[in-house]
Amino acid sequence: MLLTFIIEIFFLLGSIGFIWGLRLMSSPETARKGNIYAGVGMALAIIAALIMPLEGNVSNNYAWIFAALIVGTIIGYYSAIKVAMTSMPQMVSLFNGLGGACAVVLGLADVLHYYDGTKVVDTLGFLTVLLTLFIGGVAFTGSIFAYAKLEDLVDDKKVTLPKHSVVNMIMLAGLIGLGAYILMQGEAIGMEAAIIFLVISLIYGVSFVAPIGGADMPVVISLLNSFSGLSGAAAGILFDSQFMVVGGILVGASGTILTVMMCNAMNRSIWNVLIGGFGGTSAVGATATGGTVKEISLNDASIQLYYSQSVIIVPGYGLAVAQAQKICKEIDDQLSANGVDVKYAIHPVAGRMPGHMNVLLAEADVPYPKLLDLDEANSALSSADVAIIVGANDVVNPAAEDDPGSPIYGMPVLKVWNAKSVIVLKRSMRSGYAGIENPLFFHDRTKMLFGDAKEVLGKLSSEIKSL
Amino acid sequence: MENFYGFFLDNLLIIYLLAFTVLLGFEIIAKVPTVLHTPLMSGSNAISGVVVIGAILLVRLTDPTDYLTLSLGFAGIILGMINAAGGFVVTDRMLEMFKKKKK
Repeated sequence: MLLTFIIEIFFLLGSIGFIWGLRLMSSPETARKGNIYAGVGMALAIIAALIMPLEGNVSNNYAWIFAALIVGTIIGYYSAIKVAMTSMPQMVSLFNGLGGACAVVLGLADVLHYYDGTKVVDTLGFLTVLLTLFIGGVAFTGSIFAYAKLEDLVDDKKVTLPKHSVVNMIMLAGLIGLGAYILMQGEAIGMEAAIIFLVISLIYGVSFVAPIGGADMPVVISLLNSFSGLSGAAAGILFDSQFMVVGGILVGASGTILTVMMCNAMNRSIWNVLIGGFGGTSAVGATATGGTVKEISLNDASIQLYYSQSVIIVPGYGLAVAQAQKICKEIDDQLSANGVDVKYAIHPVAGRMPGHMNVLLAEADVPYPKLLDLDEANSALSSADVAIIVGANDVVNPAAEDDPGSPIYGMPVLKVWNAKSVIVLKRSMRSGYAGIENPLFFHDRTKMLFGDAKEVLGKLSSEIKSL
Repeated sequence: MENFYGFFLDNLLIIYLLAFTVLLGFEIIAKVPTVLHTPLMSGSNAISGVVVIGAILLVRLTDPTDYLTLSLGFAGIILGMINAAGGFVVTDRMLEMFKKKKK
């Protein structure tokens, strides 16, 4: 009795740790403490799960459990310590996939026991098993595939089938049909049907992620994160654990709202993101621009930056890919030493994940107050001397403001064209992820600086040094 | 339909729990600034490691000679634990960088 009481207190404290931890994570000052609270909550729950009295055939098998706990902790700890900050999205995705895989394993064990008669499950219970298999399966293969895409292990274009969304729809319909059939047939139809259900779920996970391109990956990772949470909650119902349900649902709900917030920042519906890309609409409004592009020499650019009063750096996806955040900070230091007021304008979807740019710049020692969010940046831009854009494109496209025909019309953007002059650092004239031209490049105040972000910033830094 | 009513009434408490947790999840996250989205995603990802609890219970309830289930549970604990341990450590590393700069 006392033991059960203590165990339940542990689980209760664990749940509170999760909720309070997430709550503290909403402010930069307390975020780290929040993460520790959540971690402690998890640790308490694991201890409780190890010692709680169970009903039925308890053989504990502690040797297996401790071996697995130690192996998992070591692998998790070392991969977390080793990973570079720029690869963070991949790592989160990979971890997330493993969580999904764990849920699949739990569902599978229940399937085995249902069909060999060692566990009695009613229809509703078996529906939960199927949900665990489906959600966990999609989170598993989807996240692993997202990881592969972010690591550039697969080519986006090669994995997308013609009419991909139709293929996905058919698969989803098939899964629902098969699931309903399995539930209606009960034990009569045998385990094979459930295994086929799992296999299709696993394939669906890959197929679901396949057509989604570069800049939309964060949305998918966030969505898959909420899936793995829900699969955990479903597994929690199987194991009759309120703690798992609370933890899983919290992740499911927070992941969903985060996904929606990201979509809003891009002014797109989640449906639009999932169906994939901008499709055929991208041709509209793209031809209206034209005009001449003006280039600027490194020397001129360095002089302009060095002798201005205020400079706003707009970092984008390209900066993250080129890993140029440290050299960016170097230029910041050089300019600041000359009394230039340097700020960074961060678009909500800059980088490979929302807020990723903030992490990267924080790693490069850029002080937090120097980072401006969308609204702050837009008011600062109107009085800035120079806006220098490093590897960003769609988030600084004026077409989002003034061209109703543009597919990104209405997306909140950084109004860099309000600055007295604009320097765009870009690999080539290729259009951004959205596949639309950017009139900013043809703007009177805009000058282009072509090349790899890291290389050009390096050269720019040595030019400034020689001034 | 009678079944459904029965189910609802029998599980009233858990249904309340589900509803409140969903609302709580929405409410906590809705106020988070963009700066923290990445660490938050990573932190909540670590929380989805709760599945490891299920895997532990599964192994504890498995017959010591049932090697198939034991292997499944063993793999499950490893997978869930990588998710949980790795997730919290990676989040801490990210947040550490914000902290350092506060002075």
